[in-house]
Order: sequence, then structure tokens, then C-alpha cells
Amino acid sequence: MRGVPQLLSRAKHIRVGFSASEPVLAIQAGILQPDKFTQTFVQIRGLKSSKVISQAPLTAVDIADSGKQLKQELEAIVGPGNVSSGESVVLQHGQDEGPHPGKSPDIVVFPSSTEEVSEVCKICTRHNVPIIPYGTGTGLEGGISAVEGGVCVNVSKNMNKILQIHQEDFSAVVQPGISREMLNQEVRADGLWFPVDPGADASVCGMCATGASGTNAVRYGTMKENCLNLEVVLADGRIIHTAGIGSRPKKSSAGYNLTSLFLGSEGTLGIITSATVCLHAIPESVAAAVVGFPTVQNAVDTVVMTLQCSVPMARMELLDEVQMKACNEYSGLSYPETPHLFLEFHGSESEVESQTETVRDIAADNEGGEFQWAVQQEDRTKLWTARHRAYYADIALRPGCRSLTTDVCVPVSALPDLVTATKADIAEHGLIGPMVGHVGDGNFHTMLLFDPADPEEFRKCKEVANKMARSAIALGGTCTGEHGVGQGKMALLEEQFGKDGIDVMRKIKGALDPQQLMNPGKIFSRK
Amino acid sequence: MALKVLVGCKRVIDYAVKIRIKPDKLGVVTEGVKHSMNPFDEIAVEEAVRMKEAKLVNEIIVVSCGPAQAMETIRTALAMGADRGIHVEIPLGQMDTFQPLHVSKVLAKLAEKEKVDIVMLGKLAIDDDANQTAQMTASLLDWPQGVFASKIDKTDAGLEIIREVDGGLETIRTTLPAVLSADLRLNEPRYATLPNIMKAKKKKVVKMKPADLGVDMAPRIQVVSVEDPPVREAGQTVSDVDDLVAKLKDKGFSSA
Repeated sequence: MRGVPQLLSRAKHIRVGFSASEPVLAIQAGILQPDKFTQTFVQIRGLKSSKVISQAPLTAVDIADSGKQLKQELEAIVGPGNVSSGESVVLQHGQDEGPHPGKSPDIVVFPSSTEEVSEVCKICTRHNVPIIPYGTGTGLEGGISAVEGGVCVNVSKNMNKILQIHQEDFSAVVQPGISREMLNQEVRADGLWFPVDPGADASVCGMCATGASGTNAVRYGTMKENCLNLEVVLADGRIIHTAGIGSRPKKSSAGYNLTSLFLGSEGTLGIITSATVCLHAIPESVAAAVVGFPTVQNAVDTVVMTLQCSVPMARMELLDEVQMKACNEYSGLSYPETPHLFLEFHGSESEVESQTETVRDIAADNEGGEFQWAVQQEDRTKLWTARHRAYYADIALRPGCRSLTTDVCVPVSALPDLVTATKADIAEHGLIGPMVGHVGDGNFHTMLLFDPADPEEFRKCKEVANKMARSAIALGGTCTGEHGVGQGKMALLEEQFGKDGIDVMRKIKGALDPQQLMNPGKIFSRK
Repeated sequence: MALKVLVGCKRVIDYAVKIRIKPDKLGVVTEGVKHSMNPFDEIAVEEAVRMKEAKLVNEIIVVSCGPAQAMETIRTALAMGADRGIHVEIPLGQMDTFQPLHVSKVLAKLAEKEKVDIVMLGKLAIDDDANQTAQMTASLLDWPQGVFASKIDKTDAGLEIIREVDGGLETIRTTLPAVLSADLRLNEPRYATLPNIMKAKKKKVVKMKPADLGVDMAPRIQVVSVEDPPVREAGQTVSDVDDLVAKLKDKGFSSA
């Protein structure tokens, strides 16, 4: 075993192959040489004993035969062109847009129908191989990382139809390949829109899987309030409809609320193959406004009072002074470097005017500065540029850095204290952490910047993030408002729910996925 | 002095659709394919509506030439704020030979008939990319043209227009009446809202044929063939850097 630690210490990633006939471990190590390198990826599963076979860079031939059998069976269902274990393909399907390095699956399949997804699941169940659903890969918490290897089921590539649009009922049925911008493009001619906007152009079904939210949640709700029904394929291949087959009433008292169960289940209970979602009427009139404040407290007080006056705000975003500085530099703007509120009003012309007046007065009462506002489409776009480009502005603050984006949500009244405490913590750790918040929901994100080559800095970011999540839980909030638990927040979930709460979740998962194949290593641990 | 505007809009295959060539190779598949208003025409309608909101214009007439489905496009324009519509009916079978020159003649006749001050069009349609109609319409009417407009202002004498040209921006002044065409940066069009879509159903749309305007429909251009771009060839994997260099030399990309 002498060679193994040496290989392991130099390897960037290691791949393990299993042979059906003997329990042999073949280690492919990546050795970095000046002018060329070979790179392979590894998941180590159930390592009981091992011996070194060779120390030279290996080829794919040495990988097990059992993988070949699985691949053939999958090809028979989806077609040979829709099964891949190519390096770049699996790499792409294991890595989302978050800061955590993802692990690649062994195989990626691209089914073209719910029936094909069902057959794929049956095959994986037979082979006892993990199943990882994949939408657009725009998540932030490593939800698609194949921690135990397995088959990644990319349901967005070939299943990309809008199945139904019901204009008068304000609903649409979409497949996983439909992103929210695609859906909006399709329905806008009918005067409708899909309001859940998490920033990224995510798959609508993927947004159901993570329980996504966004800037419009304060008025239009999150995915949870905008999903009527889900078609789900379970691990054993059974296909169910969470609200009833073909059902799309606005409300129902029939049976357990399975739709709620699967919303936010992050692929651990089944694969969502279609979603029935709510549409809303495009507002007659939209106005945007921006106003600065001396402190975050002033801004949050404005928000609380606005909500108490029942102003039906469509968007209320808080950008702190660090974020404003980043935005100024990146977009060539000249806002004062103080906390700012970015607001949007929806309604009829007269409603919007009166809402704007009310909020303008409240802002002024709370030391608000100049109240800029716009009605024309391109002026509103310009006004909101700072907010729209916030993430890129942050990355530009330190070129080459990545961001650990936190996501906590607390009751609105607790927000100022949490924000103040967090800012102090960030300063204490010597980090840069611009803040953007959906203040209307009590939800805010800090973009903690770190140098990817500096593990110590990443560790500090994690420390700040964990502390923030713990404080949020203590204040009656949640460790994740929108992004989901994925891998990074599993310990926090236990803190939030307690042992018994998590145990109930485990039992439910055990009932629906006894072999523990659906997206292992996410949300909570096996025991 | 409130002006009257005639806005032309065309129903085209939606920009997001994957285009397929017809088996006879003389055109593209349009049946069952999603269509919408030409994006540049949306900008043109939006500009006319803004001029009306600014009280420079007091009537917007929207016109579209096409088969029965062109009514959808007219209704969208009405929902955005146009006052009434004209549908110049072209049977589906004749759409292939209905060309920019015919459109220009129709628009010129309508401009005179309705006594408009401005003919407002999109700079080009995204299906044929012709970029001819505004210019030919102006020529037929012998009116000044402000095409590729990215800003339009009213002056005492007429209009001041900033145009997007290759080298940058050109400012011109024209008298009225004039023909204008909208470029991308002129404005960001509004979305039609449900209340406006409902109101639009009550606005008047008049139907007519090109013959009613004395326009002869004989085609001047014959499409010989329509073909897909060449299929992308498979790439070649190289085993290492030396192999890559050898292949580059082989194909004449490197002499080193």
C-alpha cells in the first residue's frame, strides 16, 4: 500500500472502478506535470480493502464491467446518443453555480419522456445505483453533486415543452426543460407572467425542487405558493401526481398535501417531470424607485412601516453600502455609498401613484435621502441596473475570487439586529461581504468573497455563514430562505428541527426511497 | 398640432423558434409554428404610443398585411395603445410572393388615403431581413425618411432624428410628413396587459384587399432555393500536444 498514499497525496481527484467479478479498486490518479496532465474524477464507495495495481496513469479500459452493463441497459431505453460518461459531460453535470466543488456522476442520461425517466429509475433501482435529477445546474448549494456517484438524469435537455397554457385559469403545465424566462416569453402575449424570479434563468421544475423564491416573493409568493401540481417519478419508477391526475384547481382538501412535500425536496424523494404553476396578470403600471438611508436600521424601519401600511409592494430590495460601492464601480454609477432600498410598485396607474407617495413619505420620515423613481421601461431598467448586476459587481471587487453566498431568513423585525451582528462578524474576520436582501421577506444574502486558492479564507467564510445561520435559527428564522440545504447546511438543519423533526423526514424518505438512491448526501444524513 | 401616425406591423415566426426548411426547398415551415409581432415593429408601435401619451400624436392607425392570423398582431398593437386597425388581407397561398415592394405600395396608398403625418415602421423584419420597406415607402410618397431611428423628437419645423449608422450616431432634421423606421435602441416596448387586451377587442379593425388600393401583386423576385447552413463536421480528438501541432501543420494553420 506504500504507493497509494503517494498517489493520493499528489492526485487532484481519484476515480474508483469496481469489477463485478472481484472487489478490486483501480485508482486513477491525476498527476500534474508542467506541459500536460491527465485528470480523472473519483467517488469512493464502500472501500473495504485495496491494493495498488499500477502506478502509471490508467485508461478507461481499467474501469469496471458492471458500469458497461448499466450503460447498455440505459441506452436501450433512451437511445445510445442520450447516454454519456464522457469526462466533460459528467464534469458539467456534477458542478452547479455555487462555491462547493461538485462530484461528477458516473453516467449522464438524457431521457425524452416521463416514461423513459420511469424506466431509467427502474434500472438504477435494480443496479442499486444512485439517481441524481438535473435541471439547469444553476443551484448554489451543491444539490446536484453526485457524492456517491451514480446516474445523473438530465430531464431538461429533451423534455422541453410547455404542455398547456390556461389563460383564463392563470396556470401553465411545463416540462423540466422550460426555464422561467422561456415560460414568460411564451405567455406575455396573453398579458400574463410567471413572477417567481430567483435571478438565474432556472428550470421551473428545478425551482419546484428547491422551493425557489426571488425578488417578487413579497407580493406574489414563492414557488410554494405558485405550484398547483407536480408529476413525480419515484425511485422505483412509479409515476404519481401530487395533487391528482390532471388536477389544477386553485385549492383542494383532497388527501395529504404531497405537492408541499415534494416542493423543496431537492431531488431526494423523486424526479419532477412536469409542474403545474400559477401565472399572474402583467401589472397595468409599474414604477421603480431607489432611495438611500444613513443606516440599515433606517432602511428596515421603512420596510416594516410600509408593510404595516399594507402597501402591496412588488419588490423591496436592500443593498448595503459595500454592495453600493461595488455597483458604482462595476456599472459606472454614482450612488452615495450608504444602504439603499430598491423598490418596485405594481398596479393601475392611480394605485401605483398613491403607493409611491405613501412610501416616499415613510422613507422621508426615516431619514431617507433623494427618492429617485421612474415609470418608463428603460428608465426603470436603468434604475435597477445596480441591483441586477449585483453579483457580478461583487466578483469584480476582487477579480479571480468566488463567492460563498449565504441565505438566511428571519422575521422582519429581527432583521436589523441580525444584519448588524453579521456585518460586525464579517469585519472581525477581515472578509469582504456585500449584502443584498429581499427585506420584505426578512431574507438576505451576503456574498462572502474568497480566493479559491486560499482554504483558510474559505474556512473563515464558512464560519461566518454558519454563525449567521445559527443566529437566524435562534431568532425564529431559518438557515435557508431560498437556496435549499444541499450539502452545506445539513448540520444546521438538525439544529433547526431537532432530532425528532429530522427523524420524521428520514422516515418519509425511507418509505419513498428504501434503497436510499435519490440524490444521496443531501438535506440530512442517513442516520 | 396633433399628428396622425400609421404604424406598420408584420407577423413573423417567433425569434426563439428553430427554423425548418420546407421539403420543396422554396421556403420555411410556417404551419403550426409560433408566430409573433416582429420585434422592431413592437418598438415602432411603442414609440407611436409614447408620442400619443406626450400629446404629440392624437391618432394611431396600425396596419398589417397578411392572412387571417395577422389579426392577432393587429390586436396586440391595439392592446399596446393603437386606436384602430387596418387588415390588408393576403391569402395564405400568396404570402410567399408578397414582397417588400408590394407592402410599400400598400402603405403609400394608405398613408395618402388616411392623410397621416408619419409612417412608422420597424427597420427590418426578422424573417427576411430585407430592410427595404421604409425606404421604398418614402420614395413612393416622395417623403423624407428617418430610418434606423434611435431617438425621435418633435421640433417646430418637423422632426429631429438621431440615427444609428456604422460610424456612430447621425442627427438629421426632416419636415413632416415623413417615413421613419425604428432601430433597437429607440425604446423598450411595454407588455400588453390583460385590461388593455380586453379593451383592444372593442377597437375597430377594417379589412381590405390590395386590389382595393390599386396595388398589383405580381412578384418581382423569385425565390430559387432555400437551404440549411452546412452541417457542422465532427471534431477530431487529438491524443497529446505533439499530435495537435502536427494536425495544425497538416491543415496549414501553422508553419512553425
